[in-house]
Amino acid sequence: MTTTLSAPPQLPPADLTPKRSGRSVRNLLATVLMGLAFVIVLIPLGFVLVTVVQKGWDAVTTAGWFTDDIPPVRRSGPGMGPAIVGTILTTGLATLMAVPLGILGAVYLHEYGKTGRLASILRFFADVMTGVPSIIMGLFIFTIWVVRFGVDGVNAFAGALALGCLMLPIVIRSTEEMLKLVPNDLREASLALGSSQSRTILGIVLPAALPGIVSGVLLAVARAAGETAPLLFTIGAATSINWNPFSGPNTALSVQIFSNAQQPFAGAQERAWGAALTLIAMTFILLVLSRIVAARFNPMKGR
Amino acid sequence: MTATVTATEAPPGEQPNLGGRRRWGDKSFRLIALLSGLSVLAILALIAISTTKEAWPIFSHDAAEFFFSSTWAPNQGKFGSLAFVYGTLVTSVIALVFAVPLSIGIALFITEVAPRWLKRPIVSVLDLLAVVPSVVFGLWGILVLAEPIGNFYDNVASALSPIPILGQLFDQPASGRSFFTAGLILAIMIIPIITSLTREVFDTTPTAEKEAAYGLGATRWEMIRASVFSHSKGGVVGAVTLGLGRAMGETIAAALVIGSNPQITANLFAPGYSMPAVIANEFGESSGDWRAALIGLGVVLFILTIIVNLTARAIVSRSIRRTRGE
Repeated sequence: MTTTLSAPPQLPPADLTPKRSGRSVRNLLATVLMGLAFVIVLIPLGFVLVTVVQKGWDAVTTAGWFTDDIPPVRRSGPGMGPAIVGTILTTGLATLMAVPLGILGAVYLHEYGKTGRLASILRFFADVMTGVPSIIMGLFIFTIWVVRFGVDGVNAFAGALALGCLMLPIVIRSTEEMLKLVPNDLREASLALGSSQSRTILGIVLPAALPGIVSGVLLAVARAAGETAPLLFTIGAATSINWNPFSGPNTALSVQIFSNAQQPFAGAQERAWGAALTLIAMTFILLVLSRIVAARFNPMKGR
Repeated sequence: MTATVTATEAPPGEQPNLGGRRRWGDKSFRLIALLSGLSVLAILALIAISTTKEAWPIFSHDAAEFFFSSTWAPNQGKFGSLAFVYGTLVTSVIALVFAVPLSIGIALFITEVAPRWLKRPIVSVLDLLAVVPSVVFGLWGILVLAEPIGNFYDNVASALSPIPILGQLFDQPASGRSFFTAGLILAIMIIPIITSLTREVFDTTPTAEKEAAYGLGATRWEMIRASVFSHSKGGVVGAVTLGLGRAMGETIAAALVIGSNPQITANLFAPGYSMPAVIANEFGESSGDWRAALIGLGVVLFILTIIVNLTARAIVSRSIRRTRGE
């Protein structure tokens, strides 16, 4: 008995070595290619980030970069204040519009509509809307807003409308995912205590899902802050700071990068790199914040 | 379920006053939520209506020329969209050719190969890639990549020129700005989305099926081919289609590196133009019919991306239903 049991374990090693030729070589090759795919994607990402930091650093660290007006394209020197203000205004207003609407829409989908026909249709079209190119949102706001109000319609608010349209479906879908994670026990407990459904949603479900929702919103804001196409025809052009979103043309970091990248002048290109570094820094901060908030989110625990 | 019934029905019996107010509040909240959800439909409908209306002059008086001509000469009043449609499709296909194998490779690496501690950093890197603004890729493409890649195209073109079909596909470049460069940049930009979607699909492969393959003595690669791939074919096709939709609509990076030359040519190293790129570049200086034609291009792009997205969603939901049915 002991001899028969101890004999087989000695066989496999002898068996495995000849096998290594065909099948396991192919297996190894496939594994290496998979890892290589990731490395190949890392290269352009790393290249882009390093270049942006290298070329943008001098511009960003010059005094006045964050506050000064934008000089004419031929002149070199700092100043991206108006674009930073514009990016903050447009993304901030877009967030204020899209987030409440998106969260309420998600509440309808998950708390009221559920698997009903209307909710399924809405869910489907929210998905379709995430695939609508951002430039179409810009054209859309141009046709309903700028065409109607003319020059007066060209301002940061119009840009925010376009960005808001872009953010809305993203917020709806990410919020619904988070609502799904809230355990049903919480809803049932609240309803059993006699709260109405709206009370339950506002007082129990949304607070429980809040960190997850915030994380999704921050990601959507990061995406929106980097968008150029929706702003091109809606916010106009400005070289001095304009804090009023409802009056007068404005500008944004992304728009400045786009226009300065096409200039042959060294000063303009330098400002494009500086604006790129500023914009990337802003979006990365939002991404990191989103990660931190998400890491703390565990609806099963704590509450 | 019983909890819902007692919660809404008990209060009116005991405290009719409070219950009435509460029910009214409950109903109006539901209505607000419903209206917020409906805003998606309203916006999509408004996009279709308002852009078509503004583009109507070009659709009504010269639809045939707009849809079937490739001549784009705004100063002569000629607005043919074909070269832009061609450019959009060619750059998107180039992007897919590079992005799909890489995305599937990365997704497999994350789901099947990478040890647990390595998964999160890889996903974070892909998230990072997803939030780098497209205009930054465009800036890098035009100011850093264009020159060396133009020289590279030169060498490739001279090396391939004697070979019949390849020689025509990869002919002499005008500069580093071309269909091919735009396709490459688009590929980088759609990799995160295709990867994250295929990863989700791969993750749904039942452990039992994987273990069955291993139990039969399969290597990891054989297991992937037998269990993971056969299980997730539909989902991957859907993910790729969604990536195609993204690539078609990507504007700013393409506008900077595509070369801004509306032409239909087999030479992938030649400068071209795509629908979103021409809208971004020419809209500001346009007026009248020119502007209507650009908005018309937007309508065409909108319809194409909607079709691509609907197809993708249909493929995905069908494959989900099929795997559930099994």
